[in-house]
Amino acid sequence: MNAFWIILTASLVSICCGILGCFLVLRKISMIGDAISHSVLPGIVIAFLISGSLSSVLVIIGASLMGLICTFLIEFFHRTVKIQSDAAIGMVFTFLFAVGVILITAYTGNIDLDVDCVLHGEIAYVPLDLAETGTFLDSFPTQPIILSILSLLILIFVFIGYKPLFLTSFDPEYAIAIGISTSLWHYLLMAAVSVTTVLSFESVGAILVVAFLIVPASTAYLLTDKLKLMILLSCVFGILSSILGYYLAAYLDGSIAGAISVMMGINFAIVFAYTKISSKKLQKIKSDPALNS
Amino acid sequence: MLETLKEFFSFTDANVTFVMIGSILIGASSAVVGCFSVLRKRALIGDVISHSVLPGICIAFLLFNSKNPFVLLGGAFLSGWLSIIWVDYIERNSNIKSDAAIGIVLSVFFGAGILILTVIQHSGNAAQSGLDHFIFGNIASMLRQDLYVLSGMSLFLLIIILLFYKPFVYISFDRNYAVSLGMPVRFYDFMLSSITVLAVTVGIQAVGVVLMSALLITPAVAARFLTSKLNYMLLIAALISSVCCIIGTFISYTAPSMPTGPWIIVVLMLLSMLAVFFSPSRGILINKWRQQKNYRKILEENVLKLLFQLCEKTGFKEQEWNISQMLDKRNMGEQQLKQTLRRLEKKGLVEKKSAEWTATVNGVIIGKRMVRLHRLWEVYLTQYLKLPSDHVHETAEAMEHILNPELEAQLETILNKPEFDPHNSKIPYQDE
Repeated sequence: MNAFWIILTASLVSICCGILGCFLVLRKISMIGDAISHSVLPGIVIAFLISGSLSSVLVIIGASLMGLICTFLIEFFHRTVKIQSDAAIGMVFTFLFAVGVILITAYTGNIDLDVDCVLHGEIAYVPLDLAETGTFLDSFPTQPIILSILSLLILIFVFIGYKPLFLTSFDPEYAIAIGISTSLWHYLLMAAVSVTTVLSFESVGAILVVAFLIVPASTAYLLTDKLKLMILLSCVFGILSSILGYYLAAYLDGSIAGAISVMMGINFAIVFAYTKISSKKLQKIKSDPALNS
Repeated sequence: MLETLKEFFSFTDANVTFVMIGSILIGASSAVVGCFSVLRKRALIGDVISHSVLPGICIAFLLFNSKNPFVLLGGAFLSGWLSIIWVDYIERNSNIKSDAAIGIVLSVFFGAGILILTVIQHSGNAAQSGLDHFIFGNIASMLRQDLYVLSGMSLFLLIIILLFYKPFVYISFDRNYAVSLGMPVRFYDFMLSSITVLAVTVGIQAVGVVLMSALLITPAVAARFLTSKLNYMLLIAALISSVCCIIGTFISYTAPSMPTGPWIIVVLMLLSMLAVFFSPSRGILINKWRQQKNYRKILEENVLKLLFQLCEKTGFKEQEWNISQMLDKRNMGEQQLKQTLRRLEKKGLVEKKSAEWTATVNGVIIGKRMVRLHRLWEVYLTQYLKLPSDHVHETAEAMEHILNPELEAQLETILNKPEFDPHNSKIPYQDE
């Protein structure tokens, strides 16, 4: 049963991240996703210090706010200060992450939030943390419940906002021309990424969320440029890697989130090799005079 | 606090001296290397390398079962190099853009590193403790022999950069020129990437995996705001970074539970913000102030021009004008006009008589000059660029504030001191 809960949790994280990751990859802002996933750390710590628990709404709000602050800071440094965008990203997220680590170590005596948790989360403990709601949900672990709600919300968000998200990703000028605010949707997307990062934080950690966000979406992008299919493939690859990753970790006795990232990498490599080979074949057919004549 | 400060900087504690020299060298070398990656617009390459060295370190440890710094650094160096190759390869051979390629490589390598690290930790191998120091870094608690190796490496990096300074500059700023000079560009690329990998492997021991890219990027950005000369930029970046490394180490020394790396980065960011905002040459504040000053100058010149044009209309019979007359002629805010007039009055360029304003002799000279430059430029555009006469006003409106006396003289010469502009208005010369 434990295996089921862990795989379910990982799959839910990869669904949330896989959907949002597609938009990050298409908008060429994958590294902003990376930056946000690091920057939520101080938000989580501050909210934790105020509320005293990791599973409060305050933590979600605080961390999401920090994610948005990170996006604003990057925009500010890029647009107003005129620092090249990659340098702006690198400066901002490292600073916020450093603040987070300092806060953790400063108050490390009395909290159960530690540095390991930042790195690779504690997905193995997911089945132990049962929901305490006083309803029939009590026999289920908390994380899968929260993540199911999140997946549902993200699906609704993408379903409702599909058209504006699609247009602002592919053709921002046209989007502006028909009256869609690109920056509104940009920040909505960034807020969604922040919330997802925070909720995935406990299970996969701040750093490895990036793998869940970017790798399956990029793998899907190798195979198709149709957005709907890309989102679907991205989720499928994410779930597949979660299942295989769990068994790899069990076999090696290592970090589950780490193993899932490795599986995502292998998944990417296989698809990459496949597209390379098939495109070479295609070229051969095209350049073969016997076939052309 | 002061006592500890004295103790720290008195160099009586040999350990402290070593740590300090080590942090200066590490900070300086990564800052110098970082300048090149920032200038080549590959600022985040440091992030990829730093995340990617982890599996290399763990595998090296597994293979040789030793924590000898050379063994671990060797493993780190190899896997760091592998990550750069992968990023380039993915970028070049698929539709995936560079940011996603960076994200993929860094997260998968790091994931692999975490997996192997946890496997080692769970294996019960007693020698493994301390491997995770690489992730968060801590110079202050480093062994003496490790520090020797790291300082040596940093020194080596700095020497390499000094030796190959010229070619590195060429390939960073103007690759094509370097190719046309017949330089072995690929070799220098390889060298530059290698020293970046080396600098990262050394630097993560001070600040850790995640924060390493700040040690490369932030000093470079700060230095860029303070100078536009590359050699000064390298020097300033190295200096800023060393100072921050010392401060970070000092904080760790006074409060041993405090992590060195994050403090270095926080101090670095604060110092850099000082540079970004207050730099006397390129800071944001000075830029805002300059813009404001320039904006006011243009407003003042426009008002003087306006006064001149009003006088010109009446054949210089009327010389005094009230606010509403001025506003009729030129579309601008009333408040703005009044403020500008008051500033001009202080400078002695206009005078107020009851409710009417008139330009002084000096004011007339400036107003006249603006009108002259405006019209000369219109003539120039119609004659030399063959623009229709109804298309030249906007450009002239901007150029009249920019043209200097030398250009004015040249314009007069090449246009042969024309008498009228394209709209048949007379061009007023100074001696008339």
